Amino acid sequence: MSVLITPDSDPAAVPTGRARARRFALPVTRSTVAGLVLVAVNVLVALAAPLLAPYSPTQPDALSAIEGPSGAHLLGTDQLGRDVLSRVLYGGRYALLISLSATVLTVVIGTILGCLAAYRRGWLDEILMRILDSILSVPAILALLVVVTALGSGAPVIILAATVVYCPALIRVVRAAALSIVGLDYVTAARARGEGFWPVLAREIWPNILDVVMVEFAMRASWIVLLISSLSFLGFGANPPTPDWGLMVSENRSLLTVVPMATVAPILALASLIVGLNLAADGIAKARGIDRITGGLR
Amino acid sequence: MREPAVKMMKSTAIAEVSGLSICYRSGERDVPVLRDVSLSLAPGEALAIVGESGCGKSTLASALVGFLRSGSRVTAGSVRIAGEDILAGSAQTVRALRRSQIGFVPQNAGQSLTPSMRVGAQVAEVLRMTRKLDKAAARAEAAKLFAQVRLPQPDALVDRYPHQLSGGQQQRVAVALALAGQPRLLVLDEPTTGLDVVTQAGVLALFNTLRAELGIALVMVSHDLGAVATVCERIAVMYAGRVVETGRTEPTFRQPSHPYTRGLLSSVARIAAPGLPAGMPGSVADALELSGCAFAPRCEFAQDSCTQGDAPELVPVTAEGAVAVQGTARYSACLRLPEVLAAPAWESEVRPRRPRERGEPLLEVSGLTVDYRRRPDPHTGPTVSDVDLVVHRGEVVALVGESGSGKSTIAWTVAGLRRPTSGTVTLLDRATVPGEARPADLTRTAARRDPAVRRQVQLVFQNAATALNPRRTVGDAIVRPLRLRGLRRDGAVAARNQVLEGVGLEPGHAERLPGQLSGGQQQRVGIARAIAGGPTLVLADEVVSALDVSIQASVLRLLDDLREEHHLGYLFISHDLAVVRGIADRVVVLYLGRVCEEGPVEKVYGGANHPYTRLLLASVLSTEPDGAPGTGSAADEQPESAPPAVGCPFRNRCPHRVEGLCDQETPPWQELGDGHRIRCHVPVADLSAAELGVRA
Repeated sequence: MSVLITPDSDPAAVPTGRARARRFALPVTRSTVAGLVLVAVNVLVALAAPLLAPYSPTQPDALSAIEGPSGAHLLGTDQLGRDVLSRVLYGGRYALLISLSATVLTVVIGTILGCLAAYRRGWLDEILMRILDSILSVPAILALLVVVTALGSGAPVIILAATVVYCPALIRVVRAAALSIVGLDYVTAARARGEGFWPVLAREIWPNILDVVMVEFAMRASWIVLLISSLSFLGFGANPPTPDWGLMVSENRSLLTVVPMATVAPILALASLIVGLNLAADGIAKARGIDRITGGLR
Repeated sequence: MREPAVKMMKSTAIAEVSGLSICYRSGERDVPVLRDVSLSLAPGEALAIVGESGCGKSTLASALVGFLRSGSRVTAGSVRIAGEDILAGSAQTVRALRRSQIGFVPQNAGQSLTPSMRVGAQVAEVLRMTRKLDKAAARAEAAKLFAQVRLPQPDALVDRYPHQLSGGQQQRVAVALALAGQPRLLVLDEPTTGLDVVTQAGVLALFNTLRAELGIALVMVSHDLGAVATVCERIAVMYAGRVVETGRTEPTFRQPSHPYTRGLLSSVARIAAPGLPAGMPGSVADALELSGCAFAPRCEFAQDSCTQGDAPELVPVTAEGAVAVQGTARYSACLRLPEVLAAPAWESEVRPRRPRERGEPLLEVSGLTVDYRRRPDPHTGPTVSDVDLVVHRGEVVALVGESGSGKSTIAWTVAGLRRPTSGTVTLLDRATVPGEARPADLTRTAARRDPAVRRQVQLVFQNAATALNPRRTVGDAIVRPLRLRGLRRDGAVAARNQVLEGVGLEPGHAERLPGQLSGGQQQRVGIARAIAGGPTLVLADEVVSALDVSIQASVLRLLDDLREEHHLGYLFISHDLAVVRGIADRVVVLYLGRVCEEGPVEKVYGGANHPYTRLLLASVLSTEPDGAPGTGSAADEQPESAPPAVGCPFRNRCPHRVEGLCDQETPPWQELGDGHRIRCHVPVADLSAAELGVRA
């Protein structure tokens, strides 16, 4: 006698471990894996840069300035004689740290405000949405440039500015996802139990919009990385001699024909991170989009 | 057995299903949904396909129109419509068959209509394509079709959008759409599920009229045996993808020859047999791949031999005499046929109403008014107006009415999810709270109530699937209210297991997610969550309407057991009068948010009634042969959208309407004794006389 296990059947034979695993399991496709691997490699390299880098990323060496790739300098050197490979290995640290902090802050604030707007509705929702509209109407890079010019380019300033700039879009997405949840009976049941906003958010809403938030996290992260690197390129982000991809491109672009690797290597590194983040975001979105449990969500 | 002796009809059959098997792919396995199904339908015949959800009914209905759900494929057999194979035919053949031979009415008619297109234009589109009519002629023809499906004011209705129609009207438009191609076969997938009783009776009457007028053949998929008995003269009962019994409806329902049919019939709540129906244990989900008879694990007649070998084949049922006409004979796939036929009727299994000890008054609602209107409007009144209610401990008070009658609004107000506009709602019996004897004010919202008050009032929802958080385990759902009661760790786990066992589940279920449970189990979890709160008052909002009949019966019994065990008071909201008759002690009938009748259940079901209650009772379907419902006129299914500011809310539909009185003055209460009273201007004696006239 064979027993059939379908999602609808009485799963007497389903081990409890699977039940737990299924809650957080992420159906994986090849491109998702590729994306996650790219991101992981970038993070690992940034963390392990002091071990991997053959030279100091900031120590100038006038004798070996502007050299092509060689045995001593695999990717050559820049105009101050700094080893390009070492600078590229270190170069992700600044962008990753700032972007990660800004993304986490954006997602946390955005999720809370988005859920709050969906849960409370009424005047709070209205006012919040109008404020967001006005922020959304200002181009991101312009807003950041104004902030940095006025308040300086310290890391906390840039993190906060990026958060303010990217929160509105995230709040809108989370609010839309949460709106389809707050009307459901299990939220009503929680309200009838007398639960306040925070328990309802944490127990009833959050687990059901987790996939949306995950996709948003990966997507916002790639945008913010680009934004931070753009700022550095424009000279408003990392200050010399900090090794940073955006800054490296800016410093070395005039020598593109002489030592192309000094410009191309940081671009490739930045591209790998952003492509990785985008692939991961797409993969998660696709995988969760067809998820039957939240079929109505997207 | 391949084809049950219907070969002689082959040449004339409009639909012929032979040896049809369909599988769908799940992971790396093929799961059978239909197995060796053979059916034949003569022109003009009406065949019902019944069974619980998951038995393959809808798959069969889709196969009849040549549609397979993605991922499924035909492994054997064929479906012939008017002699042509619709599953193997070319795209052109299939289109031609669908255009000229078959009309399909999908399960949810409201969702099957295009929301951005006028309903007339949707029908005209079909007419212009199939009959090559020009624009004006198509429009006129659409109006004619609307008249044929008994839609009121067809000429005006063609210019409406779907959202401007009621559920029953949408269903009629969907039928008109299916009829536009002048089909010879109409396939109806759960055509009345989700409709109000009065609307349902009207739509079923329409099917009968259409058959008489057009000679059209019907295949009706339904889990509602009453609806089936009203329309179809032949029936095929499906279990786990197989036809287990087929024959004429009336003898099949009188003396079922398969234990599964017997189980289904015994699960139906009957208005004529007050009490809770017997129900059937288990569910179909476990049965799809069993060897031998798939029904054996749930069967009261099963023997060891039933679980071995191949599935039993359909054999002619001859015990009640010679087979009269070939092709209309009865067949049953049961190895224990003689025993099943000889078994006594199942009425003995109905659990009669137990004597109730009516406790202290628990909930008192007085003059409750809820107004959703944004600004005052002299032509309409508040949504719920001047409702009085008392629920005692250990008592079930049923709120009855069509959708839009304000039943759920009242429950939500009591639950503290809405603030009443005026009136008082009081929780009287606080005996379960130590040291607290004062009545609690329930006009406050849940967030502002005392925690002890919140615990005392618990909700159970209609749709168990949306009532449980899909990402949290069953255990989480039940432990949460226990935590709010102050139980910690081991105590909470022990209490959780106790609650689970109390609703017929196992402690092992605590680790599951709601998606891994069957519909009946989910509803049990919903009930368990309410019980875990330690309530004295349970608000049950249509708790069994979304469930299969077999599960309905067991959930009703569970509710009754819990009421007795915990001495609970229920506010039981339902539109199913047969279910209400079985479980309720007192009935409150609502129309447009106004109480029009209330009283003890025996009085309401056996005495003089308000005209609206009379209409509701006349619309109740029955599986008994002579139990056809009163065929209401189309006007009967037109609940007004807004309640009137003055007068009787029911006046526009009332046959006893007194001009100049009913629309001017709110009707007075007429006391009929034992707490039974109706709110009507017409003297009770006149109402009763008129009622007898209707019956005769």
